[in-house]
Amino acid sequence: MRSESGPNGRDTGPGFTLHHDAWGRLVLTDVSGREHAGVEPVRAFPLSSPRHGVSVCDAEGRELFWIDDLDDLPVSVRKVLEDELTRREFVPVLRRVLSVTAVEPSEWRVETDRGPTRFLLKSEDDVCPLDDHRALVTDANGIRYLIPDLRELDATSRRLLERFL
Amino acid sequence: MNGTTQNGKALPPEWQRDAQSRLEHGERILATFEPDLDQRLFFARGLVLLTDRRVLAADEDGRPGAGALRWQAWPLGPDTTLKAQEYGGAGVLELVGPEGRLGHWRFTAGRGPEAQRMLQQFALLRASQDGAPPPVDSVCPSCGAPISPEDGRCLACSPEPTTPSVSGLLRLFRFTRPHARLIVFGFLLTFASTTASLIPIYLTQPLLDKVLIPHQNEKPADFGLVPWYLSGMVGAALLAWLLDWGRVYTLARASERVSADLRSKTYAHLQRLSLEFFGGKRTGDLMARISNDSDRLCNFLSINLVDFATDILMIVMTATILLTMDPLLAAAALCPFPVIAWMVYRVRGRLLRGYRQAGVAWSAMTSVLADTIPGIRVVKAFAQEQREIERFDHSNDRVFYANDRLNRVWAVFSPTVTLMTTSGLLIVWSFACWRAFHHPVTVGVLTVVIAYITRFYSRIESMIRMASATQRAAASAQRIFEILDRVPSVPEPVRPVAPGRLQGSIDLRAVRFKYGVREVLHGLDLKIEPGEMIGIVGPTGAGKSTLINLICRFYDVAVGAILVDSTDIRSFPVEEYRKNIGIVLQDPFLFYGTIAENIAYGRPGATREQVVAAARAARAHEFILRLPNGYDSLVGERGQSLSGGERQRISIARALLTDPRILILDEATSSIDTETERKIQAALENLVKDRTTLAIAHRLSTLRRADRLVVLERGLIVEIGSHDELLRANGTYARLHRAQMEVMQGHAI
Repeated sequence: MRSESGPNGRDTGPGFTLHHDAWGRLVLTDVSGREHAGVEPVRAFPLSSPRHGVSVCDAEGRELFWIDDLDDLPVSVRKVLEDELTRREFVPVLRRVLSVTAVEPSEWRVETDRGPTRFLLKSEDDVCPLDDHRALVTDANGIRYLIPDLRELDATSRRLLERFL
Repeated sequence: MNGTTQNGKALPPEWQRDAQSRLEHGERILATFEPDLDQRLFFARGLVLLTDRRVLAADEDGRPGAGALRWQAWPLGPDTTLKAQEYGGAGVLELVGPEGRLGHWRFTAGRGPEAQRMLQQFALLRASQDGAPPPVDSVCPSCGAPISPEDGRCLACSPEPTTPSVSGLLRLFRFTRPHARLIVFGFLLTFASTTASLIPIYLTQPLLDKVLIPHQNEKPADFGLVPWYLSGMVGAALLAWLLDWGRVYTLARASERVSADLRSKTYAHLQRLSLEFFGGKRTGDLMARISNDSDRLCNFLSINLVDFATDILMIVMTATILLTMDPLLAAAALCPFPVIAWMVYRVRGRLLRGYRQAGVAWSAMTSVLADTIPGIRVVKAFAQEQREIERFDHSNDRVFYANDRLNRVWAVFSPTVTLMTTSGLLIVWSFACWRAFHHPVTVGVLTVVIAYITRFYSRIESMIRMASATQRAAASAQRIFEILDRVPSVPEPVRPVAPGRLQGSIDLRAVRFKYGVREVLHGLDLKIEPGEMIGIVGPTGAGKSTLINLICRFYDVAVGAILVDSTDIRSFPVEEYRKNIGIVLQDPFLFYGTIAENIAYGRPGATREQVVAAARAARAHEFILRLPNGYDSLVGERGQSLSGGERQRISIARALLTDPRILILDEATSSIDTETERKIQAALENLVKDRTTLAIAHRLSTLRRADRLVVLERGLIVEIGSHDELLRANGTYARLHRAQMEVMQGHAI
């Protein structure tokens, strides 16, 4: 029942179709015509490789389909999936760090791609450097903020971040 | 017959004649054993001889040294046996006949191996009488020489480690060699800057004697020279400043490199040491050694040693200048120097001991931290916070008192040195005045000499303060070299055989093993075919985990051999051999990192697809997807918290990904509820396919799929067979099984 869409998957299609129903749920229709309502796409490697390894799970979290590479999908399906993924993922991108208080838990004032905000950081371990100059900041509520490239931040932000990295 | 037995152990020479005379015609001595305790467990000498027909025993009959021996002899009947037991450091060798104990001899644990050898000879004798093949001796896989049970490694090809006699600090030079160029450059700079800093004083003399004094005495003085002298002084000072800057940076960099090398070398060595070492060391102690002691050394090298070198240079140079200017005055100035040197020598040993003690106390304190922080749940669960605080305070107090003692020594020593240097200066002044009175000496010379001497003594003083820093560093160096000097007890073979990809047959031959004096495996023989799944069952303390540890080569067997693919595992390079082994432990350890990294721990080059495939097979894929960052979620200490079953499945995926030939499941499912166990069972079924598997389990239901079950009891294999066979045999396994069924039914009700 798992569809491993191989390198040739582009032409044959993924073996399922997706649409939103009247309640806004994502409905997947598999090859046999069976409908699964409320499916959720999940990225397996959201940070290290977001375009590869997307799993479509049913409402109970069981895996229905595994997609090796989003770019192998037909445009229509890919569009729906990408929209759904963007809607599910709330990971603001940090553009600037304006101020960080000195004591833990530290209060951060930042500018993100979704507007300015402030949040609390529990400990300095919550700033996690990823590979190739990226970093992930997880605030006290579990909201993740991504820094796509530390080198591209302005000098003040970098100086504020220095003690966490 | 020359008194030498077959296994090469000679009789004590003074008893040899007596012993020989007791032997019958043609009787051969097979083994000699010298018990070293009498029946009341007092130290006494004795002798037990095993010959091909009798056991002879002699003791000194309570009169040591008298030379008269009391002899006894027992013929070896068909029902006579020799036995040995050890407990708590003492043991007893017993000769048992059909009617009861014939004789027994007590010995200390140190004689244990000798007693075992006698038992082996006895077994050989019996075997040769019965016509059975002799048991396998442990031989070195590299050179074929026999390995004696007490050292467990071949003395012929791995020489005894030599403990270096040089003190710790001097041995640091080994680590400085790679940076020799930088260090030499630094010392050249030191030399130059020291010279430059001495110039201004030297220029004082002509300034005084040629300009100021003549002027004071109302003689014509050449004030035109003043700007020259002054600019010379300024120039020299600037030069000294510049050179000093370069010197400090160069040497600090070099010493930072040296201590970084030392740290990584120590850590690398630590990683190579066998589990035996870690079993005997406290985590906090090791952490303190690597972090704290190496930091002390770095400080010493970068600050104190550089100062020390400067001081020595300065002292030598000022002494030379002094001697050229006025030898007598210089000699007088150097008067207190020997006294100071003697004092330093005296106090050195006390400081070293003090710093060592302080280091040990510090380690003990770190150990408390390393102990309680990971165990904080237990502390809280039993509400023992107050006690832990007290425990910490206690070791903190020890640190305090150790340092306090040091300070006391130091507090006396330091002012005494100051007193000595001051008195030195007084001597110089009085001598100088006396000399100025009797002989003409220019004020300029006098001023310069006094200036140099003041500088000389201030340097001596700072150098002496170094004595403390040096001893502190020496103590640290000793503690680090204690790790570096440790030879892994699982040695690398001299002539290694590359294991490549193993088939996975395992052959245990007469395997014995002891922890310290306690023997836990008493001779196991077991043949395992490639791809077979063996369940190891038995009560706690039966030696199950020890057996696994031996197969993984965490330890080496004491006697006997373990052959994998018909090759002694001691002839494989340890690392390559372990690449063929996968282990799933009861409480899997996850390192700080992402889930993907943890799964790929044993195979860092694995692709994402391989990681996902392994996770799927381990039934871990779906719960990983539910985590906010999927496979990129951080786990381990400081990371996402996972349940026991989840961690177990990650560790199964980890083992799956390395695709081991030999798989070891050490209580892999015992800490998990039955529902989760079912999922893990499914995961395990993927894992054991086509692999030689050894599984330890208390829950017997886990071992349903095993081809054979091996029941261990008190270090011996008591039963081997399939589940059904063993139930029919109605032995230990059947008993264990019944007990578990009762418990399960008890739960059901």
